[in-house]
Amino acid sequence: MGGLSYTIEDLNSMTQGQFFGQTIADLGKSDSSIVCLTADLAKSSKIGTFFSAFPERSFNMGIAEQNMVSVAAGLALAGKKPYVATFACFASMRAGEQVRTDICYPNLNVKIIGTHAGLSMGNGGTTHHATEDIGIMRTFANMTVTVPADGIETAKIIQACANHYGPLYMRIGRGLEPPAYETVDYNFKLGKAITMKEGSDISIIACGNCVKAAMDAADKLADTEGPRVRVINMHTIKPLDTETILKAAEETGTILTAEEHNILGGLGSAVAEVLAEAGVQCKFKRLGIPDVFSVIGYPDDLYGHYKIDMEGIADAVCEIMGVERKKIDEDAD
Amino acid sequence: MLHNCQNREELMKFLTKKSVDIRKKIIQLVVTAGGGHVGGGLSMTEILLTMYYHILNIDPKNPSKPDRDRFILSKGHGGVGICPVLADVGYYPEDMMMDFNQYLSPFGMHPDMKKVPGIDMSTGSLGHGLSISVGLAIGARLDKTSWRVFCLLGDGECNEGSVWEAAMAAHHYKLGNLIAIVDRNQHMLDGPTEKIMSLEPLEDKWKAFGFNTKVIKGHDYQELLDTFEKLPPATNENPVCIICNTVKGKGVSFMENEPKWHYGGLDEDAAKSAITDIDKMTL
Repeated sequence: MGGLSYTIEDLNSMTQGQFFGQTIADLGKSDSSIVCLTADLAKSSKIGTFFSAFPERSFNMGIAEQNMVSVAAGLALAGKKPYVATFACFASMRAGEQVRTDICYPNLNVKIIGTHAGLSMGNGGTTHHATEDIGIMRTFANMTVTVPADGIETAKIIQACANHYGPLYMRIGRGLEPPAYETVDYNFKLGKAITMKEGSDISIIACGNCVKAAMDAADKLADTEGPRVRVINMHTIKPLDTETILKAAEETGTILTAEEHNILGGLGSAVAEVLAEAGVQCKFKRLGIPDVFSVIGYPDDLYGHYKIDMEGIADAVCEIMGVERKKIDEDAD
Repeated sequence: MLHNCQNREELMKFLTKKSVDIRKKIIQLVVTAGGGHVGGGLSMTEILLTMYYHILNIDPKNPSKPDRDRFILSKGHGGVGICPVLADVGYYPEDMMMDFNQYLSPFGMHPDMKKVPGIDMSTGSLGHGLSISVGLAIGARLDKTSWRVFCLLGDGECNEGSVWEAAMAAHHYKLGNLIAIVDRNQHMLDGPTEKIMSLEPLEDKWKAFGFNTKVIKGHDYQELLDTFEKLPPATNENPVCIICNTVKGKGVSFMENEPKWHYGGLDEDAAKSAITDIDKMTL
């Protein structure tokens, strides 16, 4: 476990990437078997923080992701603990077979960090958006799939990696959005969802950026005496916390999932599988990218376009609950 | 080394006899397995026997010995070719392979490191092994150890772009502890390499990628021993590539250079005829 501690100020001043870079560099101090690799994205992915601290254990593999992932497998075979960082679209697709066959199949201890995931590349466009990575990665046996809600959770996942053996994928965005957590001091356990807000009418199960958007939507609806919304941060998509999902279905009767991912294959699909197999009857809807190649624009505009921002989620809650969305007149006072 | 030969002459005799024995075992295994990549299995026999009996620092009684040399079968479809060799040097008893390819068997077309003792990495999808070997070689460098990584590639496999990504990285990271071996048997599944997707000038390609490259006769023990006994020190900066000119289906007249024997099954008569050929073969 790294000794680095973060402050509340860090929550608002550091991006997800910076939390990742700082934390892995910190872990590197106490564990000399950690090695880091990137494919010409040391700066963008922020794994460069480790590169600066430990140049002899850092390997820039050039623009060759397939080779990079298999090299990481070889390093793991040699007893090292490799962390690989590149854009999520390349980690999951360009090097997808190498992740599956060279890391997951022999169950090697390699951690893969997919940065700039979802729509966070904004006007980088469809080639650089990653809206399939959760679906791809979670179908690889032996793979753990994580999606931190913000920077501090990114740090907590990397810290948890120190005590986790096996393949793990962490997807992060650019992390420029406001944090979901107002504290750095909370208990985090891989595979155990965190209830961010209690509510009894409906549960939103979200991951990544959508956690904060769902929390804001819950607050907004509470302000207008709308539905009382439970918000669950499903930071680990696999293994999935089925207990928390089924409890939410039983106690609130309605489930909405929200993710920056195709509605096929990601968090929403995973939750649907659990509900269907448990024979639970509840209202259910998936929010995400509706199986289209995403348009370009600034990320905030895209979250609005695909209705996974605060407004979109609040509207979806009202729609599934069959209530009218009441809005506070901003000029009233 | 896993033999007691006192001199080159004895060793040549020993290995030459093994060439015949192992080829027969490969044929028998193809019968047991109901089919196999027999052509490419027979082309790499001398390379494997040179490696496992004489060159690799390994201990079949302790397959995970930390300072062992690593051998990565990048042409992973060579399962039927390598498994009899691993049994022969003592990793497991031969009769363990009785259910080769069958339901729940540890042995199949492509070797699984979790199931087959002596296999350093699970392979099967082409173009992965050299990259994995680069990772191992960097790992050895980080630990300042002297073990080497040997990676056997198929020639058709060299169509894969990732082979050349790995070659670029091996040179960049100055991995003289990495030895790529190409089983240049001139054939891939659909036909001759130069007809399907030409590789020549293959030696120039490896040289251009910074490899210390040599072309040898891949069934000739004198050349194999001379080459692998005199490898440059592992501390060298340049990775090594040994292109071994071989014959696909070597030793069985009706299989030699016949694309259809890339993968095939053998009935009893065909197996008998193959074994008669092997008894008469010369290297």
